[in-house]
Amino acid sequence: MKHLLASGHTACSGCGQAIAARLVIDAAGKNTIVTNNTGCLEVFTTKYPESAWEVPFIHSLFENAAAVASGVEAALKYLGKKDSINVIAEAGDGGTADIGLQALSGMWERGHDILYVCYDNEAYMNTGVQRSGLTPFHAITTTSPSGSQSQGNIRPKKPMPEIANAHGIPYVATASVGFPQDLQRKVKKAFSIKGPKYIQIHVPCPLGWRHEPILTFQIAKLVVETGLFPLIEYDNGQLTGRKQITPKPVEEYLKVQARFKHLLNNPGELQLIQDIADNNIRKYGLKIENKEQS
Amino acid sequence: MFGPLISKPGSSRNNKTGSWRIESRPKFLQKNCIACKMCILICPEGCIEGAEKNTYHCDYTYCKGCGNCAVICPKKDIEMEKEK
Amino acid sequence: MKHFLEGSRAVAEVVKLCRPGVISAYPITPQTHIVEELAQFVANGELNSQFVNVESEHSAASVVLGAAATGVRAYTATSSQGLLLMGEVIFNIAGLRLPLVLTCANRAVSAPINIWNDQQDSVSLRDSGWVQFYAENMQELVDLHLIAYRLSEDKSVMLPVMVCMDGYILTHGIETVDLPSQEQVNKFLPEYKALYKLDPADPVTMGVLADPETYMETRYAIQKTLKDTLGLIPKLHADFSKVFGRTYQGLIEEYRTKDAERVIVAMGSVCGTIKEVVDELRAKGKKIGLLRIITYRPFPCQAIYEALKGIPKVAVVDRALSLGSYAPLAGEIKAVFFGKKKKPQVISSFIAGLGGRDVTRHSIKEIIRLLTATEKIGEFIDLKPELLKENYS
Repeated sequence: MKHLLASGHTACSGCGQAIAARLVIDAAGKNTIVTNNTGCLEVFTTKYPESAWEVPFIHSLFENAAAVASGVEAALKYLGKKDSINVIAEAGDGGTADIGLQALSGMWERGHDILYVCYDNEAYMNTGVQRSGLTPFHAITTTSPSGSQSQGNIRPKKPMPEIANAHGIPYVATASVGFPQDLQRKVKKAFSIKGPKYIQIHVPCPLGWRHEPILTFQIAKLVVETGLFPLIEYDNGQLTGRKQITPKPVEEYLKVQARFKHLLNNPGELQLIQDIADNNIRKYGLKIENKEQS
Repeated sequence: MFGPLISKPGSSRNNKTGSWRIESRPKFLQKNCIACKMCILICPEGCIEGAEKNTYHCDYTYCKGCGNCAVICPKKDIEMEKEK
Repeated sequence: MKHFLEGSRAVAEVVKLCRPGVISAYPITPQTHIVEELAQFVANGELNSQFVNVESEHSAASVVLGAAATGVRAYTATSSQGLLLMGEVIFNIAGLRLPLVLTCANRAVSAPINIWNDQQDSVSLRDSGWVQFYAENMQELVDLHLIAYRLSEDKSVMLPVMVCMDGYILTHGIETVDLPSQEQVNKFLPEYKALYKLDPADPVTMGVLADPETYMETRYAIQKTLKDTLGLIPKLHADFSKVFGRTYQGLIEEYRTKDAERVIVAMGSVCGTIKEVVDELRAKGKKIGLLRIITYRPFPCQAIYEALKGIPKVAVVDRALSLGSYAPLAGEIKAVFFGKKKKPQVISSFIAGLGGRDVTRHSIKEIIRLLTATEKIGEFIDLKPELLKENYS
């Protein structure tokens, strides 16, 4: 099977976003047009004259993939071709939750038939690991470093799935490269639904999170298994799917990434993060009870 | 007219990223493989191929040696060996 | 067929005749009537177009970018703050070599906030690689939109075109306009056939990363294309004349300049007033003329040289500033003549009509009075000295 994101791209070894981007476009199929914000993905896939994309692809600016996709979708509607062609708008966490939020909100509000994918590696990686609105609590980035006056990023992740739901869109889901088949299922399901869709994919970044490339898959699994990044699905605002877990302590996830290592000898700080995980587990009913799994 | 910079699809294949490997490369034992295809799904380079059991292999021209295939294989049928 | 209508309505009518497949709209005074009229056409079924009500001008430009990239003719309009907000998209569209037409209802830029007419907004984006036309009256405004699409989509051009109309004066004024028929427009403006487009049947990657090894040539290419466009624009106007019966030179208009001793250079609707003053003074035996710049980008150096080389005194009227330096139009006019043997004795620079301050016959006569052998550099006309004395302690 020929992948729709070809080999030869210049992503770091073990890049979570490279895995996710290929899983997404393979699941979407060749009748797909992709718009992409500035970030690691377009940089490592489109350095002239080489392109890894086997589907039509356009990169414009940092914050407008959702708006460019709206224009593509409108053009396809005008041409009468929208029903046979998928449109994906994609970006990193900064391009989605921060600078790209306005265009994204507009796209959702207008109800365009577009799947928006957020590759969440929890910082502005392409510019050198700076803090974004999706950087988790206490994570170290270059603009939220730890020091005598700081434990890293002081704010929790902006709740993008909730913001998506608040727009009343028909399908919202989270995914992880730790569960690649689940990810592809969600992309396929999204394209079976008309209207705006949102999928946020947790993607480990070996360089930015400071972990060995070989740990990408395991870290992506651990974030889900600790409850820190719940895998959930909403249909028309109703929670219809969740990956249930036997929760692992957050320390297992944190200790393999140097961006959290400043917390490891600090039980008080660790507890704050454990609280976030416990809160998610409670809120979404993630804990497997009586050996039932969903 | 020299117009916009437009790239041809899949032209990244000209870039042989296998040259990035320095430490290790995956060895596909092709002994206990159950053709679950998880290695194909997880490879960031998309350079693993295979169909039936024990036919899985990677294209070393592109493999960067990250090792995630070896980690994900449920049958431990992929081992990381030292780069030659 | 002749109609007596509001300028914005005239623009909407001609855009309707051009049949764009995607229109994006974000409101800003004084452009609003254009997009409102277009919305009504779509609602009435008179215009088959996807009308996208975007949430900002940055997205308005991005939506038409996406549509043009998908091979569909697109349209949007804006002003002032909106044009500046979409600034990076403006550069992006030109760099991507996407055809597009955008109407700019010229309005002053903040701060202070001012919704009235000057040309600071579009002039500030003269470096972007867009073709820029400045209309004097509503008939020309309508005709320039047709030229704009034809030029933009020409396979040897593939650059976006901005049609500039003075806010309120041309957007809200009412004039007689001869609107063409759909048949005439179809004859002049063929269907848009994209050079490259987003199509799964033939995938391409657009908007690539170009490192120092590959970027510079793309900029040279736009520069060269714009230079070649100087030869193409008059040809298109000749074609236009055959279909619609109206003739424009396209790059400039020389109004009674042939034997003039003093010529005023200006762009836009102020030229209507200047022409009246020229006529009035000519009737009194004064040898005055007007050089009207219609195409500001690409800058028609050769045409300007030929028109002004024999004119002793030239007054350039700018309705925008390049704060900290020579006024934009004046600086470029002077650059045309540097090192040339034949040139005006004096080229004086005047700033008039900023923030909607009226440029009257009196203002123009003042400029002519100030056009002496002594060069004036960036002299502001109709300033109120009492306001300059304001004390903010």
